[in-house]
Amino acid sequence: MKPAPFRYADPGTLDEALEVLSAEGEGAKVLAGGQSLLPLLSMRLAAPATLVDINRVPGLDTVEATGDGVRVGALVRHAHLLHDAAAARIQPLLARATANVAHPAIRNRGTTVGSIAHADPSGEMTSVLALTDGSVSVATPGGVETIAWRDFFVGPLETSIHGPAVVTSAYFPALPARSGTAFSEVARRKGDYAVCGAGVVVTLDEDRRVAAVRAAYISVGLTPEVHDLTDAVAGQPAEKADWAAAGSLARTLVDPDTDIHASADYRRLLVGVLTERTLASAAAEAVGGME
Amino acid sequence: MTTKLFGEPVRRREDARLIIGKGRYLDDIGTTATLAAAFVRSPHAHARIVDIDAEAALDVEGIVAIYTYEDLTGALAEPLPVLIPHPQLTAPRTGYPLANGEVNHVGEPIVMVVATDRYIAEDACDRILVTYEELPVVVGVDAAREAAHAVHEEIPDNVAARHHQETGDVEPALAASKNTLSFTQYIERSACTPMEGKGVHARWDADDSSLRVYTSTQASTSVRAAIAAKLDLSLDKVEVIAPDVGGGFGVKIVHPWPEELLVPMAAIALGTEVKWAEDRREHFISSAHERQQKQEITVGYDDEGRITALDVHIWHDNGAYTPYGIIVPIVTATQLVGPYVIPTYRVIVESVYTNTVIVTPYRGAGRPQGCYAMERTLDRIADVLDLDRAVVRERNLIQPDQFPYDQHLTFQDGRPVIYDSGDYPGLMVKLKDLVGWSEASRLRDDAAARGKLLGIGMALYVEGTGPGPYEGGHVQVLGSGKVLVSTGLTSQGQGHETSFAQIVASELGVPIEDIEVTTGDTRRFPYAVGTFASRAAVMSGNAIALAARGVKEKALRIAADVLEVDPGDLEIDEGLVQVKGTPGASIPLRTVAVLSNPLRYAFDEAAKQATQFATTSSDDKPPVAEGDAPGLEHRDYYSPIRSTFASGAHAAIVEIDQTTWEIDVVKYAVVHDCGNVVNPMIVEGQVHGGVAQGVGGALYERMAYDSDGQLQNASFMDFLMPYASEVPDVVIDHQETPSPLNPLGIKGAGEAGVIPGTAAIASAIEDAVGRRIASMPISPTELYDLVRDDTSEKTATALRRVGTGASK
Ligand SMILES: Cc1cc2nc3c(=O)[nH]c(=O)nc-3n(C[C@H](O)[C@H](O)[C@H](O)COP(=O)(O)OP(=O)(O)OC[C@H]3O[C@@H](n4cnc5c(N)ncnc54)[C@H](O)[C@@H]3O)c2cc1C
Repeated sequence: MKPAPFRYADPGTLDEALEVLSAEGEGAKVLAGGQSLLPLLSMRLAAPATLVDINRVPGLDTVEATGDGVRVGALVRHAHLLHDAAAARIQPLLARATANVAHPAIRNRGTTVGSIAHADPSGEMTSVLALTDGSVSVATPGGVETIAWRDFFVGPLETSIHGPAVVTSAYFPALPARSGTAFSEVARRKGDYAVCGAGVVVTLDEDRRVAAVRAAYISVGLTPEVHDLTDAVAGQPAEKADWAAAGSLARTLVDPDTDIHASADYRRLLVGVLTERTLASAAAEAVGGME
Repeated sequence: MTTKLFGEPVRRREDARLIIGKGRYLDDIGTTATLAAAFVRSPHAHARIVDIDAEAALDVEGIVAIYTYEDLTGALAEPLPVLIPHPQLTAPRTGYPLANGEVNHVGEPIVMVVATDRYIAEDACDRILVTYEELPVVVGVDAAREAAHAVHEEIPDNVAARHHQETGDVEPALAASKNTLSFTQYIERSACTPMEGKGVHARWDADDSSLRVYTSTQASTSVRAAIAAKLDLSLDKVEVIAPDVGGGFGVKIVHPWPEELLVPMAAIALGTEVKWAEDRREHFISSAHERQQKQEITVGYDDEGRITALDVHIWHDNGAYTPYGIIVPIVTATQLVGPYVIPTYRVIVESVYTNTVIVTPYRGAGRPQGCYAMERTLDRIADVLDLDRAVVRERNLIQPDQFPYDQHLTFQDGRPVIYDSGDYPGLMVKLKDLVGWSEASRLRDDAAARGKLLGIGMALYVEGTGPGPYEGGHVQVLGSGKVLVSTGLTSQGQGHETSFAQIVASELGVPIEDIEVTTGDTRRFPYAVGTFASRAAVMSGNAIALAARGVKEKALRIAADVLEVDPGDLEIDEGLVQVKGTPGASIPLRTVAVLSNPLRYAFDEAAKQATQFATTSSDDKPPVAEGDAPGLEHRDYYSPIRSTFASGAHAAIVEIDQTTWEIDVVKYAVVHDCGNVVNPMIVEGQVHGGVAQGVGGALYERMAYDSDGQLQNASFMDFLMPYASEVPDVVIDHQETPSPLNPLGIKGAGEAGVIPGTAAIASAIEDAVGRRIASMPISPTELYDLVRDDTSEKTATALRRVGTGASK
C-alpha cells in the first residue's frame, strides 16, 4: 500500500500550477485534500506521474455568499463549508449535505470542490451541485470558463475536463423564493458513503401549493441525477401533499445498481422512503419561510 | 491500605503512554537504514505456478534481494508446521513460507522482495511476472461439501477433519423424545482485524551469531522456538520480543507466519536489519478469518421445553490450510452446550477446505457459533411451545448445587469439560432485571407507536478459560525498591501492565508505582505458552501471584533475621516490612533486597549495607545458605489441572425501522461472571470491546468472497467494522463465583463479550419482525428481502401476535 513513484510540484500561483500541468501532460493530477486521491495512489489503483499540489495557491480558500448564490473556492474544506452560516442562509443544502460527508478528520482535509472534481456518484456534493443547478469554474491555460453541472459530470469518476485544468470554484445558486430543502441518507455506518441519499427542493406558489419539486439521489446512478417530481404533487397544498406519490414516482425514475452493501431493489425502496421523508420536511420548511 | 489493589478499578497504567504516541509498535522499530520486505501474493484463489520471472524487477534501483521457494533451504523448504495436531485431523495441510508450485487462496505469498524501503520493494513486486495455470475454485462450505472440485488434489472430499464427540446414544434418545425439531442455520465469516496488522523486524548480529526478532505476536516464546528450528539456530542465539501490539484478537496466536521466518532468514542472509509491516489489504487476504459454519441441528424436548437430546452436525470452513489444527471446531463442539443440562448430546464437526484465507481462532474462537446453535435452538423450542424464551432457558439450566458439573466432553486442552463453579440461575435473575425482560411487550407497543418494530433477545454462554499447560511469573525486588515483574505471555492492549501490577501490589504489599511489568520478551521470561483463550489473568496472574508469594516469604525470612523476630510476626505494607502491631520495628523491603545479595563491592551507598564488614553474619555459615540464592526474587509457575469455566448472559433490544429496515440496537445488557475480578474497570473494558465485535459480527461484518475466491471487501471502506457510533451503550452487572481451581479464584474475561452477540441479536430481530432469522449477520438489505418474501418462515409467536411484517 505504497504509491508508485511520482513527481511532486507545489506551485505558488494558479498560473504556475497550470504551467506545471501543461508541461507534465496527461500523467499530471491535481492534489487538493488528498482524501480520495491518496488512497487510490496507495492502493496503486492510480499512478499519476506528477502530483500538482494546489494547496499553496492563494485565493482559493474562500466561500463567497451573495444573494444569488454561494461560490466555494477549490481549497475550501468540507468542514469550513459545514460551518459557514452565511452560505447556509443562501443555500441551506450546503451545510445539510456536508454534514453527511465522511467524518470530521476527513472533512477537515477534504475539499468540496475536490469531491466535485472527483465526480463520485456516491459523493454528496456532486448531487448538491446538480440539485441546485450549479456550475464549476475551470481555469485552463486558455482562460477561465464556466461549465454547467450537466456538462461537467460524464461518468463515475469522470468529468468533461481534459488536459491542464484546475477547477477553481464551484457555484451553488441560491435557494429560490418560497422554497425549502432537506437532505437525508441511509449509510451502513455513520459517516460512510451513503447506501442511498436524497436531497430535495420544494418550491411553493403564493397559496402554499406545490409549484415545483426537484430531487437528486446519491449512490443511485452513474452520475448525479436530478429528477423532477412535480407531476406527482403539483398544485397540492404543502401541508397535505401526497408525498408518498412523489416517492413512488421517484422509484420509477431511478435505476440503481446492486453491490455488496445493498441490492438494487433495496436502493429503490430507499429512494421512495427518503423522497417521501425529505419532501415532507422540505415543504414544512418552505411553509415556515412564508410565515 | 493502598497496596491492597486486587479488585480495585485502578486506571490502566499503560494508557497514557499508548494514547499520546509513546507506544513502540512494530513499525516504530528500526531506522532509515532498515531494509523493507514486501511480497508478491497470489491474485488467484487456486492456481498452479508455471513460471516466475523477476528479471524486470532487478532494474529497480534500491532492490537488494528477491526470494522464491527455490531459495528456501532445509526445514524452511518444508511445509509450515501443523501447530496443534489432533488424531481426528486426518488430512492436515499447511502452506509453505513461499508458495511451492501451487497457491490455494488469494493472498498466498509467492515472492519476497527486500529493498531499501517499502516503496521500492512494492515497485519491484509490481514488475515480477508470475504465470499461473488457474484451477477450479472452492468457496464456501456448500461447495466444499459438494466436492465437485478439490482444494488439495489428494483430498477429494475436501474434509480435513471429522471431529466427533457424544455423551450417549443420541438416536434412541431422540426417538424417545416427546417432541423433536430440526433446522439448519448459517453464520458468515468475519475476522479479528486488529488496528495494527502483523509485522516482523529482524536484526542479525554476525559477530555474535545472534538474532533478535521483534514480532507483533501473541506467542513470542513459541515464535522463538519455531525460528530456531526452521532456521537451524541454537535457541540461545535467538531472542524474540513482542513490542507494543496494536490488538491481536487471535490472529497473532498463529505462528510462525511465513513472514516470521522469511524476514529473519533475509536478515541473516543480508547481515542487516530487515522489516516487514503488514498493510491492511495484506491483512485481509493473507492473515486469518473465522466463524463460517453451517449448522444442522435436531433437538428432542418435552412439553415443558426441557431438552432430552441434541444432535448437531456442523460444516466448518477452515479455509485453505489447517495450521492451527481443529481448535475452532473443538471449541464450537464442546462449548455449544453452554450452561445447560443436555442429557444426550452428539456433535460432529466436519472441517472442510476452501480456497480462502485460513480460519484460526478469532476472539470467541468457535464459541459464538456454538452459542448461536444452542441459543437459537432454545428460541425455537420456546416458539413452538408458546413459552417465554427465558423460562425455557431456566428449565434447562445447570443448578448451583450441581457443581462441579461434568459435561462428559473433551475440551481443546485435551482435558474434560468439567464446569468448576457457577450460578447460572443467578445470571438469569440479574439479566432479566437489567434489561427489563418483563417490560418487553410494553416497550414493543411504545415502539410501534413510533412506527418501529421492537424485539428483545437473550443468550447465555459458558466459556472455558485459562487452559494450560502453564504460564510462569518472575518477581524481583531491586535495591532501589523497584519491583520487576515479568511473564512470558504477551499483551495486545488488555491492560496486563495494570492487572499484573495490582496482583503483585496486593500480594507483596508494595506501592503499584514501584512495580514494572514486562510481558512477551523471551530475554526476560523464556518459558510461556501465549495469550489466547482468555488465559492471561488466570495463568500468568496466578503464576505471578505465586512468584510474589515466594518473594514475600524470602523477604520475611531475611527481615525476621535482622529484626530478630519470628517471620510469622511480620507483615509488608507500603514497601515496609514491619512487626505486626509494633510501629517502628520495621525495615524497608528495598533494604531487605540489598541484604539478600551478600556483596564484596560497595558500588553505591545501598550496596555498602550488604558488604562483608557491614553485616553481622555468623562466621561459621556460608554467606549464601545452602539451598538459598542471592537476590530477592522468585520464579514460579501455574499449571492447572483443567480450564476454569466463566459464564455470562447477554440481552439485546433492537428497534427496526419499518420503512428502511435499518436495525438499531437500543439496549445491550451484560451479566458477567469471571470469578474474582482483579480490576472491574479492565473487565468492563474487555466486555465493551467484545460486545462491539459481537455487534459487528451480527450486523456489519462479513467476508464477501465471490465465486472466484476474490475477497470483494478487503478494506475498511467495505468491510464494515462498526464505529463507536454503531456500538450501543452497554449496561453491565457482575456476578462473582470464584474458581476453586486456582489460588486467586479467577476466571478469564477476554473473550466473553463477543460470544453471545450474534445469538442474542438474531433472537431480538426475529422477535421484532416475526420472521425466522437463520442466517447471520443480517443487513438491512437482507432483512428487507426476508420480510417481503411471502415464503420466508414466520415464527409461531408472530402468527399468534398481530401487527408485524413488511409492507412492500
Ligand atoms: C474514509 C473516507 C470516507 C469518505 N466518505 C465520504 C462521503 O461519505 N462522502 C463524500 O462525498 N466523500 C467522502 N470521502 C471523500 C472526501 O469527501 C474527499 O474529500 C473528496 O472526495 C475529495 O476531495 P479532496 O480535496 O480530498 O480531493 P483529492 O483527493 O485531492 O482529489 C480527488 C480528485 O479530484 C481531483 N481534484 C481535486 N481538486 C481539484 C481541482 N481543484 N481541480 C481539478 N481537479 C481536482 C484530483 O486530481 C483527484 O483526481 C471520504 C474519504 C475517506 C478517506
